[in-house]
Amino acid sequence: MSQGATTTQEPAGEPPRRLQASSKRYGEKAIQWALAACGVLSVLTTTAIVLSLVGPTIGFFEIVPVDEFLFGTDWTPQFEPPSFGVLGIVAGTLNVALWAMLFAIPIGLGTAIYLSEYASPRVRKTLKPALEVLAGIPTVAIGFFAVSFILPEIIVPLWPGDFLGGAVGKPFMALAAALGIGLMVVPIIASISEDAMSAVPRGLHEGAYALGATKAKVAVRVIFPAALSGIVASIVLAISRAVGETMIVVLAAGSTPRFTLNPVESIQAMTSYIATTATGDISTGSVDYKSVFAVGTVLFVMTLVMNVISIRLVRRYREVYE
Amino acid sequence: MGIGDASAPRNRLAVAGARATTQAMLRQQPRGDVIRNTVFAGLLLLAVAIALAGLLALLIQAFAKGSSALSTDLFTNPPSTAFPEKAGYRPAIIGSLQLIAGVILFVVPVGIGAALYLEEYADKSRWWNTLIEVNIQNLAAVPSIIYGILGLAFIVRGPLDLGFILAAGSLTLALLVLPMVIIAAREAIRAVPDSIRQGSLALGATKWQTIRTQVLPASIPGIATGVILAVSRALGETAPLLLVGATVFVTFDPTPFGTDGYSAMPVQIFNYALRPQEEFQALAAAGIIVMLVVLLAMNSFAIWLRNRYEQRW
Repeated sequence: MSQGATTTQEPAGEPPRRLQASSKRYGEKAIQWALAACGVLSVLTTTAIVLSLVGPTIGFFEIVPVDEFLFGTDWTPQFEPPSFGVLGIVAGTLNVALWAMLFAIPIGLGTAIYLSEYASPRVRKTLKPALEVLAGIPTVAIGFFAVSFILPEIIVPLWPGDFLGGAVGKPFMALAAALGIGLMVVPIIASISEDAMSAVPRGLHEGAYALGATKAKVAVRVIFPAALSGIVASIVLAISRAVGETMIVVLAAGSTPRFTLNPVESIQAMTSYIATTATGDISTGSVDYKSVFAVGTVLFVMTLVMNVISIRLVRRYREVYE
Repeated sequence: MGIGDASAPRNRLAVAGARATTQAMLRQQPRGDVIRNTVFAGLLLLAVAIALAGLLALLIQAFAKGSSALSTDLFTNPPSTAFPEKAGYRPAIIGSLQLIAGVILFVVPVGIGAALYLEEYADKSRWWNTLIEVNIQNLAAVPSIIYGILGLAFIVRGPLDLGFILAAGSLTLALLVLPMVIIAAREAIRAVPDSIRQGSLALGATKWQTIRTQVLPASIPGIATGVILAVSRALGETAPLLLVGATVFVTFDPTPFGTDGYSAMPVQIFNYALRPQEEFQALAAAGIIVMLVVLLAMNSFAIWLRNRYEQRW
């Protein structure tokens, strides 16, 4: 501070000095570089993720043909001869994600509309922290809940008889994991959608009410379309979370790869294959080890595409109303 | 100065009039509309109720199942397959504490550093700064198991080659939550008004002096909130640890660089949960109760901190 102040004590009459530091200030530059390095570290993390996925994946494709991997539907690495058709576990992931979304989208959007249009400030003040608590529960706890409560106490008693193969006596089930994941992503859908709905200008509400619209009509025909990009973004992000979720599917969905969307079957998801195969003493050069990275690449690409779409959409609605 | 601003008397009158008119109109609405309106409100309430019921059921079930196993043994005894009634979480708790300490040591300086760079120094028109920004947003949404793969291929083996040690797990978790910290810290730094910076600069402070004495102190509550939320996420994270060597049966107290293995709270819960016997299920539930209490306390503290020290400029 003292050095900077010298510029004000110039004798009168001399031409004004340019406003700049009197010394070179190498320390300032060093700090800037150090901070920039912290930012660059995040780019390095992404690079490292891509590099660590790509190497073994290429190694994997030297053993297993790409088309067999991408278009095969049998995922049986432990059989002799093994079959690596990734669709067998992509189906498991999509099975869980599909039913999770069918549960979470209505609940999440209903909660969002209630919060932004119906709830009194007091109700909102208690409801939002409750949702934050739900969002903060570890997924291993939700997985435990799914397999030891949702499945035996809710799905089995309520399932209509033999429908789709019946639910009685099944220890693992895609639907149990799906409901657990649904519960996990409800706060994501609710909070991002609510943000988008709150960003809709008041004038649109007032205009619709002035024309005699009911509350339901305002919510469905005015607020919902105006906030649509934010709502879609929240759903896409939730799907990405559902696809990437590991512990809930490991605990509740089983470990039997099946090319099916039937919710009462036990399935294996991509994440649970990775989590159950890459633990412990798997040897580095084996096909199984490399297959983990190939599956990881598929998972990474799938979630990356969804994340990019979601981020784009969130940006768009922010730009419109700010 | 919207319609909602009812401070001026004339405005208030206008709003009251508009409301009365609207209500009168609503009363004349066709029956179908009124019914649909009520049904819609009922459905919304049902959605909220299901979400809350799910949360409540989860909490109640954990307590119902785990209360029989809740005792101080949980904190003092190591896990055991032979004597589930005596098994506990001691190595897992110690492991988790060390993991979290490592995460904080890494994430606080690097996260704040990156946030300061992006908010205070970065020229937004440069492509590399946009790249960093977009990259961080994407990283925040990468599945945690992918970080496990990164940890396995890059930290445990590969370039860093640390082996299956606790420090490797800690670094993996730190990279996982780093984007969360950066995003929260950026928001906190952005909330400090420019006039504060300009005032400081005008008094002759250098850029770094301004940041250190003005910007950082003003944004600490927001940053702390972000760090606590990130740490609680790291504490509950299981999947990446499975890949970077948090082995399941560690009966001794783990150390940061010990090569004999380490454990963590969620991994131990996961292992107990996989065993069908009632005793292990109760142990898993008891572990979940402990975790939920700790996480709830951390999250409430973070929310309290945010509300208590949030500055309105």
